[in-house]
Amino acid sequence: MKTRKSKSFSGNFITYAMVIVAFLLCELALSGVIPGFKMSRSLKGQLVPICVYIVMAVSLNLTVGISGELSLGHAGFMSVGAFSGILVSQWLLSAFPETNLELVRLLAALATGGVVAAIAGVLIGIPVLRLRGDYLAIVTLAFGEIIRNLLNCVYFSFEGANLNFSFLDPNLPGNIVINGPMGAIGVKKLASFEAGFILVLFTLVVVLNLINSRSGRAIMAIRDNRIAAESVGINVTKYRMLAFVISAALAGMAGALYGLNYSTVQAAKFKFDTSILVLVFVVLGGIGNIRGSIIAATVLTILPEMLREFGNYRMLIYAIVLIVVMLVTNNPMLKSTLDSLKGKIFKKSVKEGDKA
Amino acid sequence: MKKILAIALALVLMATASLAMADAIKVGVIGPMTGPYAVYGLAVQYGAQIAADEINAQGGDIQFEILAADDQGDGELGVNAYNDLLDKGVNIMLSTVTSGSCMAVSTVANEERVFMLTPSGSADAITVGKDNIYRVCFKDSAQGLASAQYIVDNKLATKVGVIYNNALDYSIGIYNSFKAKAAELGLEIVAEAAFSDDTNADFSVQIAKMQEAGAELVFLPIYYTPASLILAQCASVGYAPVFFGVDGMDGILTLEGFDASLAEGVMLLTPFSADADDELTRNFVATYQAQHGEIPNQFAADAYDGIYALKAAVELAGVTADTAPEDACDPMIAAMQQITIEGLTGTMHWGADGEVDKTPTAVVIKDGVYVGAK
Amino acid sequence: MIQFLSYLVNGISLGSVYAIIALGYSMVYGIAKMLNFAHGDVIMIGAFICFSATQYLGVPALVGVLLSVAVCTVLGITIERLAYKPLRSATSLAVLITAIGMSWLLQNIALLIWGANPKSFKSVIDLGTLVLFGGQLRITSETIVTVLANIIIMIALTQFTSKTKMGKAMRAVSEDRGAAELMGINVNATISMTFAIGSGLAAIAGVLLCSAYPVLMPTTGAMPGIKAFTAAVFGGIGSIPGALVGGILLGVIEILGKAYVSTELGDALVFAVLIVVLLVKPTGLLGKKIHEKV
Repeated sequence: MKTRKSKSFSGNFITYAMVIVAFLLCELALSGVIPGFKMSRSLKGQLVPICVYIVMAVSLNLTVGISGELSLGHAGFMSVGAFSGILVSQWLLSAFPETNLELVRLLAALATGGVVAAIAGVLIGIPVLRLRGDYLAIVTLAFGEIIRNLLNCVYFSFEGANLNFSFLDPNLPGNIVINGPMGAIGVKKLASFEAGFILVLFTLVVVLNLINSRSGRAIMAIRDNRIAAESVGINVTKYRMLAFVISAALAGMAGALYGLNYSTVQAAKFKFDTSILVLVFVVLGGIGNIRGSIIAATVLTILPEMLREFGNYRMLIYAIVLIVVMLVTNNPMLKSTLDSLKGKIFKKSVKEGDKA
Repeated sequence: MKKILAIALALVLMATASLAMADAIKVGVIGPMTGPYAVYGLAVQYGAQIAADEINAQGGDIQFEILAADDQGDGELGVNAYNDLLDKGVNIMLSTVTSGSCMAVSTVANEERVFMLTPSGSADAITVGKDNIYRVCFKDSAQGLASAQYIVDNKLATKVGVIYNNALDYSIGIYNSFKAKAAELGLEIVAEAAFSDDTNADFSVQIAKMQEAGAELVFLPIYYTPASLILAQCASVGYAPVFFGVDGMDGILTLEGFDASLAEGVMLLTPFSADADDELTRNFVATYQAQHGEIPNQFAADAYDGIYALKAAVELAGVTADTAPEDACDPMIAAMQQITIEGLTGTMHWGADGEVDKTPTAVVIKDGVYVGAK
Repeated sequence: MIQFLSYLVNGISLGSVYAIIALGYSMVYGIAKMLNFAHGDVIMIGAFICFSATQYLGVPALVGVLLSVAVCTVLGITIERLAYKPLRSATSLAVLITAIGMSWLLQNIALLIWGANPKSFKSVIDLGTLVLFGGQLRITSETIVTVLANIIIMIALTQFTSKTKMGKAMRAVSEDRGAAELMGINVNATISMTFAIGSGLAAIAGVLLCSAYPVLMPTTGAMPGIKAFTAAVFGGIGSIPGALVGGILLGVIEILGKAYVSTELGDALVFAVLIVVLLVKPTGLLGKKIHEKV
């Protein structure tokens, strides 16, 4: 028992260390202190989206990997977070134009994004979690599409501290902030790489602690065998809901950060394709493997940009790379050699540990 | 054989052009070259390339190199593409193609002082408060206003119906201004119906609503692809009002396999028509067709004109391949307001607000070709 | 009343298109137990093949359809061999992601071959329109043919799976892959066969989809694919009659929702009804009840 605990502890330690080292390296490259070690504009521009997608992937992994529910509507929570976060941040700007509250606005936006997405998570979780397997998947997809469809009809505007809202009618007095299908417009950029890094750390603390807690073990027990878990007195609905809502809240915070990184964001961004993209990160990184999600989200966000040299063949090559990677990593022969290799290394370290 | 010759010629041109690339001014073209909006991004890329090839072939002081980058019509990817192009040493931007992406990219370009001329980003807000963002196409509200005005002036109808795409900023932008102007002019909108999917959609309900309300004219502020479906479905239920489109309707006659008789009598306000008989248009259409086997749409024409506008402005501003983007910005702004371009989409000059001044012409489709309306 | 009837006919017309796509979806799911997200794109390829054959080679429509069935069948088998077969022992999610990769690949290949410009598909069915009640109710020949095709395919598929040896093998594989293998059924061949039939059906679905809604571009299959997936789940995924019922109902709900509620929210309404149905019947309208074992 003790060794298992220490193993998960060291695993988590590696994950944190990896993220922090990567962050420091990026900061170093950004500062340009070391000659020759500089970051291209292209990569610099991707830092915040990478952080956002890491949070999205880790949070989806909580639903898909840890809780074992296939969700195809994760981008829906992201959109709810993005729009509510933008609304709060822009409202603060409109209500208190004199004061310079950038940090407050950012934090308020993240918190609101998280809370609103959590509420959406509860509302959606109640019906969704009654279902199982592919039926659950299609209902999450349906919710993602409904949210997107509704956001296309929503209009918000500000007059100082007053908030105006309308459904389907764009003629609102004051400064329009959320403009139906044109999305949020005139957003003041607040997101930064540092904020993204802190959000990633926050997500890791929440998710890793949850996994290693009593609740986390209950969630995984339900995933592995629902009926057995129920029979030993685990409240199935409560724990499934817990995982689902935390996952939604984190996606909402990621959405808020995403929304505040661009001057505009449209509901069309959060369609089914984006949910699928995040799912690809999770599966490629390894289902249930948090560190894998972080790496996969980073690599797969940068990859299409690296492929720009191929011009219009870019997405074709991206698709081929994806298929080949899936085939190679799931090849039984390769898997068994990898496993045996792992076994050897693991045995060695155990022996060394014995010696010490 | 003609096609092969043309391609060979294009290759030779490209080869000679690449020899002279050392001093070429790099122009960044961002647009959707893959994904559902690829048709617009590729048209802009091709149109811009043709203009650049022509300019380079003349061998003047100004040479252009087009660097195209794909954004799939998405703001996030648009900003990524923008950064990548600046890494590659772009001097000025002819970007971006779609409105949503253009909103995101233009804000960054405005902050970083990179001069940007959008060929086809039409949302009103793109140029608002951004002194270095100009555009070749009309802004959405201008089209809505002009359409309502034209319908009233020419007494085309008293009862109007509108079918619009409520998931597309372009469509919503035109529709809203059309509605406002119609109310002002006393034009009665008897039916409005929306749809949200461009491909293979069913329009029976929307058409029935128009028919039921007795709309004599149906205003279609949408692209030609869904419009072709609406025309076909109207014909199959025997509903034949006047159809009135905007510049997005241009292209309907070049839709491969489309039965042009369905579009008989369709009116549209457009600055460009591939059937126009002037020499400029004929040459452009011939070159485009030889290179890509397709008839160019207004996106290609806007991009072509955009490159010539950039050329004139660059000449006036004294921008060279060595001018950094942020140094080129202010001279370009000043130059843009002085130039006049005789282009495919009409005679253009620009105001300080970045908007183009040109007149759309109303055309009506007769026997499969555009004819000037009145 | 006539207006309502007219909406109903339009709904059935749209639904029959969803249904014919859903049939292929559901069949592949039922037997191979995978969500083949590339199904919508096989539909698009099928329509493009038929378009190219009739438009560029000038062959008659029927030959075009047969050609596209043949090409898609081969394509389906190839995709299965190259991308799905090596993942037989992998998790279902790995297969799902590979299918998504395949969907992107097919779209981008189509973009390179046929370009981004949309094409207007010329209907392969040219029999005019059935006019009833003095012009107040019109039923296009496309609708009639699509509905008939649905019924024929459904009957053929149910007969095939219950009567023929191959069909029985498919059902056995669907029930319990391991046990079927022990009984001497060639599981790989059976799944290949499933993909062959599913993709052949996709070709027909593509031709009918584009005959009814004549726009063809590389992303044509995406949205109908999702809607058909929804229809298949609605009816109970894996059930062949369920796919038909689900598809038709989905189309009718979509049209009636647009007609009587709001054209802006038509799609949201469809998905909302789907959620409600799944809450009442968690395995779809005609889906099998899942028994849980400890």
